[in-house]
Amino acid sequence: MVWTNAVIQGILLGGLYALFATGLSLAFGVMRLVNLAHGDLAIFAAFMTLSISQTLKINPLVALLIVIPAAFVVGYILQRLIFDRVVGVDPAFQIVATFGLGIVIQNALLEKYTADTQGLNVGTLKTSTIKVNDTIGIGWLPLLTFITAVVVLGSLALFLKRTKLGRAFRATSDDADAARLMGIDVKRVFAVAMALAIATVALAGVLFGARSSFDPFVGPARLIYAFEAVIIGGLGSLWGTLAGGITLGVAQAIGRQINPQWGELFGHFVFLAVLVLRPTGMFGKVQTR
Amino acid sequence: MSSSLLDVDQLDVGYGDFQALFGIDLHVAEAETVSIIGANGAGKSTLLKSIVGLVQPMRGDIRYDGVSIATTSAHKRVAQGIALVPEGRRIFASLSVEENIVIGGDVGRPGPWNKQRVLEAFPLLTRLLKRSGEGLSGGERQTLAIARALMANPRLLLLDEVSLGLAPIVVRQVYEAVPVIKAQGTTVLIVEQDVNQALAVADRFYCLLEGRIALTGTPGEVSKDQITEAYFGMSGGSH
Repeated sequence: MVWTNAVIQGILLGGLYALFATGLSLAFGVMRLVNLAHGDLAIFAAFMTLSISQTLKINPLVALLIVIPAAFVVGYILQRLIFDRVVGVDPAFQIVATFGLGIVIQNALLEKYTADTQGLNVGTLKTSTIKVNDTIGIGWLPLLTFITAVVVLGSLALFLKRTKLGRAFRATSDDADAARLMGIDVKRVFAVAMALAIATVALAGVLFGARSSFDPFVGPARLIYAFEAVIIGGLGSLWGTLAGGITLGVAQAIGRQINPQWGELFGHFVFLAVLVLRPTGMFGKVQTR
Repeated sequence: MSSSLLDVDQLDVGYGDFQALFGIDLHVAEAETVSIIGANGAGKSTLLKSIVGLVQPMRGDIRYDGVSIATTSAHKRVAQGIALVPEGRRIFASLSVEENIVIGGDVGRPGPWNKQRVLEAFPLLTRLLKRSGEGLSGGERQTLAIARALMANPRLLLLDEVSLGLAPIVVRQVYEAVPVIKAQGTTVLIVEQDVNQALAVADRFYCLLEGRIALTGTPGEVSKDQITEAYFGMSGGSH
């Protein structure tokens, strides 16, 4: 039963990792951009939520109604102002630009909020649990996070499959020049993709802030988990990202069950094992072009 | 001659330090079919990429319907009515055949071509609609690429090396589509290494040699030797 509980908690944690990874997967899938500021943007959203909820005296989850649209706009502007200049050129420029953005965000947060750890107060939701039996309890917040991840990924998958803009996303991902020849404004597609990426990672950042404490420097660790989830699941596959997040979460939970210090280590081992045994990830496609 | 739809004036195009086109002058009238022939590396595809906006010129001008489009982005040129069937087909692998067709029409230009019309013109595609863009044969991919471009209802259709890598019978089938396209009043500009095929459908032609126009005329007014000399840069009698 203890192990069953560990697996269940790992699956729920995987939802959060998948949510962190969704934007990374989307940005890489559509424009081959690896955004090293991804984790910092999540934490930036958590701090913004903290300020809004304290100023307006509202629940942080209600503040999402302001934070997510704002994150969408920030993503759109970031793409147009910064990332457009580094897409399709030497990846070194991407690394410098996005890593630099991450440093700017961290130091801006440090200046404004100091290095003190913070948390988002979501009231009893944080501690409420569905008690299955004596050893298995499912927290409402982790469950809500997991459901949110499935809904977000499902909505994105439907958007990509069923809408004209989603079709443009997939075409641009396949071949940006050929997409231009279809009359697709590729820069607009990039900007909307980044806007969606930042909106989803903002959501992840707020849900993370609701269950854990955070400070201006925890973003890079979120980035690593997001990377691992994307790589385990397979680059460019949204459902693979969910599977990758769950795999990572379960590995960490099992490791933690064996020894409380081994959680992250087990996650990294699984990541390395996937890289060795199946470098394209669980659902990744082999690039033939 | 009817009014000019496309005018390329003194066009220089390069990639970094390498200049691919030198002072190209090219004119295409409305409803005309013009072929551009030349050996591999002559600059034919670069010229088409310049016309559609995938490559920016160093100097010179490109006018479409009398208006300069030299600085217009590629996607806006499609909306204005210029479509390219690119070399290598560039079919979207993650889209189905049906989606590949439909996406060509997403630009929303009115005109004679729609999904039903292109499937009537290319019935081969009907049975492939649900298939992925991946894994089609060369002929199927080329047919799909032409159908996709027609969905944009172009006034000017550019065909880049449509016979490349195809069996002769498939090439013949692909070229049989050109009169069908012309019948809709579409102006066609064809880039082709296969001289016989290109001249068979053209009202006029240009021959490029090392980035310059070496010869231009109508297929009937120039001799085979003249074409050979312009194509290879040497006299036809010398080999």
